[in-house]
Amino acid sequence: METLLTAVPLLPLASAALLLLYGRNLPKPLVTGLGVGSVGLAALAVLSLVMQWQEAAGPVTVVLWQWLSVGSFSVDLALRLDQLSLIWLCTITGIGFLIHLYSSEYMDSDDNYSRYFAYLNLFVASMLLLVLGDSLLLLFLGWEGVGLCSYLLIGFWYRDAANGAAARKAFIVTRAGDAAMALGLFLLVAQFNTLNIQDIVEAASVAWSAGDTLPTLACGLIFAGAVGKSAQLPLQTWLPDAMAGPTPVSALIHAATMVTAGIYLVARLSGLFLLAPDVLLVIAVIGVATALMAACAALAQHDIKRILAYSTISQLGYMFLALGIQAWDAGVFHMMTHAFFKALLFLAAGAVIECLHHEQDIRNMGGLRNRLPVPFWSVLIGSAALAALPLTAGFASKDLILLRVWEVDGMGAWLWTVAAIAALITALYSFKLVFVVFFGDIQTEPSHQPGWRMSVPLALLCALSILGGWIVLPLSEVLPLQAEDPAHGAIAIVSAAIPIVGVALAYLIFQTRQLDVSAVTESGGGRWTAQYWLEGWGMDRLYDAVLVQPYARLAQWWRGEPMDRVVAVVTGAAEFIHHQLSTTQSGRLGRYVAVLSAGLILLLTLMLLRAFA
Amino acid sequence: MSSLIALLLIGGGLAWLSERLNAEMPARVSLGILIVASGLMWQLSTAALATGPDTSGWLAFEAYEWIPRFGIHFVLAMDGMSLLLVALTLLLGIVAVIASWTEITSRPGFFQANLLWTLAGTVGVFLAMDLFLFFLFWEVMLVPMYLLIAIWGHEARAPAATKFFIFTQSSGLLMLLAILTAALSYAEQTGEWSFAYMDWLQNPLTGSAANWVFAGFLLAFLVKLPAFPVHSWLPDAHTQAPTAGSVILAGVLLKTGAYGLLRFGVALFPETAQDHASILLILGVVGVLYGAVLAYGQTDFKRLVAYSSISHMGFILLGVFAWNGLAWSGAVMQMVAHGLSTAALFMIAGALQERLHTRALSEMGGLWQAMPRMGAMAMFFVIASVGMPGLGNFIAEFLVLAGLWQSAPILCAMAALGLITGAIYSLWMLQQAFHGPLNERHATLSDFGTRDMVALGLLAAGLLGLGLYPQPALDLFAPALDGLAQQAGGW
Repeated sequence: METLLTAVPLLPLASAALLLLYGRNLPKPLVTGLGVGSVGLAALAVLSLVMQWQEAAGPVTVVLWQWLSVGSFSVDLALRLDQLSLIWLCTITGIGFLIHLYSSEYMDSDDNYSRYFAYLNLFVASMLLLVLGDSLLLLFLGWEGVGLCSYLLIGFWYRDAANGAAARKAFIVTRAGDAAMALGLFLLVAQFNTLNIQDIVEAASVAWSAGDTLPTLACGLIFAGAVGKSAQLPLQTWLPDAMAGPTPVSALIHAATMVTAGIYLVARLSGLFLLAPDVLLVIAVIGVATALMAACAALAQHDIKRILAYSTISQLGYMFLALGIQAWDAGVFHMMTHAFFKALLFLAAGAVIECLHHEQDIRNMGGLRNRLPVPFWSVLIGSAALAALPLTAGFASKDLILLRVWEVDGMGAWLWTVAAIAALITALYSFKLVFVVFFGDIQTEPSHQPGWRMSVPLALLCALSILGGWIVLPLSEVLPLQAEDPAHGAIAIVSAAIPIVGVALAYLIFQTRQLDVSAVTESGGGRWTAQYWLEGWGMDRLYDAVLVQPYARLAQWWRGEPMDRVVAVVTGAAEFIHHQLSTTQSGRLGRYVAVLSAGLILLLTLMLLRAFA
Repeated sequence: MSSLIALLLIGGGLAWLSERLNAEMPARVSLGILIVASGLMWQLSTAALATGPDTSGWLAFEAYEWIPRFGIHFVLAMDGMSLLLVALTLLLGIVAVIASWTEITSRPGFFQANLLWTLAGTVGVFLAMDLFLFFLFWEVMLVPMYLLIAIWGHEARAPAATKFFIFTQSSGLLMLLAILTAALSYAEQTGEWSFAYMDWLQNPLTGSAANWVFAGFLLAFLVKLPAFPVHSWLPDAHTQAPTAGSVILAGVLLKTGAYGLLRFGVALFPETAQDHASILLILGVVGVLYGAVLAYGQTDFKRLVAYSSISHMGFILLGVFAWNGLAWSGAVMQMVAHGLSTAALFMIAGALQERLHTRALSEMGGLWQAMPRMGAMAMFFVIASVGMPGLGNFIAEFLVLAGLWQSAPILCAMAALGLITGAIYSLWMLQQAFHGPLNERHATLSDFGTRDMVALGLLAAGLLGLGLYPQPALDLFAPALDGLAQQAGGW
């Protein structure tokens, strides 16, 4: 089992290394074999780990080597597998493999095919190390690794400067969170002299009691890292722009890797976060606020990928809401079902985009239901799951979150109301997408149908987006769960009915147009709001004015090295003295004699004074 | 050890003479000398590590009478920290020779001679344990480097070389003054003359004299490091220096400042240094952020890398004065890791200038397409200098900041902003040079050849090794830092 576990991250890592070093000289089928095959093998290894899990007595740890040891502080480079990591492993390698397979067709004609698969493999490997890290340092390695790979892949088509800007934005914004997270790690090192996750949680629960300053500070800093990676308020601005990369990359970022890292981090450190109830409250509030804001923004978008991007931010908000109210299992469950249907939606959107000559604006789409049947059914099922219609996987997990939220003492009803409004909007925009793109009149004729390497992953993900809700996650041993039944009765019926209402509204507004909303949308306030939401609540403009521009201006202002002016004062003074003194070298003998005599007289006077004093 | 230094000094002369054979000979001789020197160093270190340190902690020790009237000896001693830095010096020497292979066409013999002499001075600085000898090597290191910039530099070399010389020389003279003062007061205290490091360790200076002497040392080291606000010689010197000069300057010469801070600043004046730690930490944080902001403002590839060095050297200053084992280990690690990564970036900068005849970022763009090998290498080393885990620079910055948190959490948080600002300028540089649309004029540039790839590959392998398995390096210099901790009361 140890060998198998080590092989899981090593396979894509080795493939990435090979492709990076020799990729350009390898024949294309071999590149495909390495790129897709390595992740496929990793998925098989994970499958076999799942089979063997019953026999394992508990978590499996593999110490690869001692990473570093300074004085009494040491960190092992070690992998640790427990149920929580295993769930992520399944998602990463399973969905990851399907995305790789899909990519082999989608990127077929790209000049940099091998570089693409190298980065993609590295992305998967980083994410695997992130969830397998036994210490926060290895987790951080994976954490920064996915940040790097997202940078590389978002900017993959580097010849367009706009892609580079989006890539840098993703890296720098998430890095802001990472810097805070690093501080949290330093705090833990200072307190416990270790970064081993198990040891920290154990030691913290002894040394700290709930609500102390230190655990609040530590969890707050670490959560800031999660905010960045998982694109929550106020660091969500990078994700919509991350669309610049190839579409399968978006699927990978949104479903299998990267954005779920924050969820993993908080769930992994649940024992620590329990000691910081204030931080948990903040997590819940940020989560629900993000869910609502991003849902509104998604409603206003025209670009199919941006709609999906905002929907991811919104759904991640639900996950954090669940974690914040200590419904750990519901949060993790929603991570998994979301991975299914979001991968499905992105890959289907990619198929639509590719078949329509890279058209992304939904206003230029329509009537594709019969023209592109596979993408149609995929988007339909994916949207149903995203909207959380009953009988889909999305319903199983999101409904669980809503009902758990209702049960929370005090804030429960408030949080539920906001979450429910967001759920209504979610259903509205996801079926707006379905009706606008696939019904109505044909706008752009598709050029071809997706091939099998794109269709098979879509079909499998369709199945998972429906059946995935029945998967029972074995989380009782790894998360501090409270055994309680979610709310039922009237609230359960209301919760289940919300998405249906949303879909019905979407049908009336966007399909039959029986419900005329133009009075609202065409009014001044309506236009302004739509524009405001289209720009993601104007956060980009805010950051540009408050951070980006001032920083650039500062750099511009200081560029000439202000310290040189201080140096110039010194050199100026030296030159001044030089000029003053050089005038004494006039060559006039009379003057020399006069100065010489004056000096002699002065000297003699001083000597006489000393002699008599 | 003395034969190592002698080899480099004599080798310099040989390289100079070999110019008469043909123009490519000096580089070959120089490379040969450095490879022999590396072999010698390898033999010396493996033998020393096999026998282990002597009673006073030295892996190797040599002492000869020199000027007995004033107690001046020719003392060379090596511990793990010196060993690592000497090895770095020789490795980067090889890289520098490779970088100069096609770049230097006028007077290649004298060029290689100066290169080897400055390396000899640097090795001497890392090994000398007599303060008089230390100062001598400090000067040996400086003068050839001045010539390298002044003769083979770029368009504005003369003022840059002068600025470099005056900054380092004037601070060096203050250090000489400090050394003489310390020697005088040692003589007053004990009745006999000595410039030996070990003797000074036994009889530390106290009182107000210590303050002044410390200040003299400190200034020389801060200028060399360089630390804010005495850094402004560096951007000019780096930008104007030939590639090999920049590689050596950034890779090892700056490290002599860092080394001096630890070896002499902290160890000889533990109390005085600790009294002033907070102001120096603030200078460190300012340096980290100031360097990063200015790097972002630059339009010249090389100047940008130069400012990034100022930012990274700020981390070393922080590491030294955070005053604990974690941070000290991080500081030493940063010396090596930054040496490797910056040397590589300067080599790339030089290669770009050689091909494009400009350093202006605005003239570049999309070069990845024309030169994928160079682009990939630039990407790797930029990522390393951003502090990506798995590479040496991360281990260094992580240890420095983890240590700093324990002594000054607020300053640590401010320094951590450097992680963000570092990413901003690094990625911006990469974008402007290698991404974006390709200028048609540059479509036919020749990519890196095997020789360049081997040199950069060595540096990349070093960074990967330091990042994934840093323990051998950490173990190598741990005893030196333990000794420091005993002396200075850290840990």
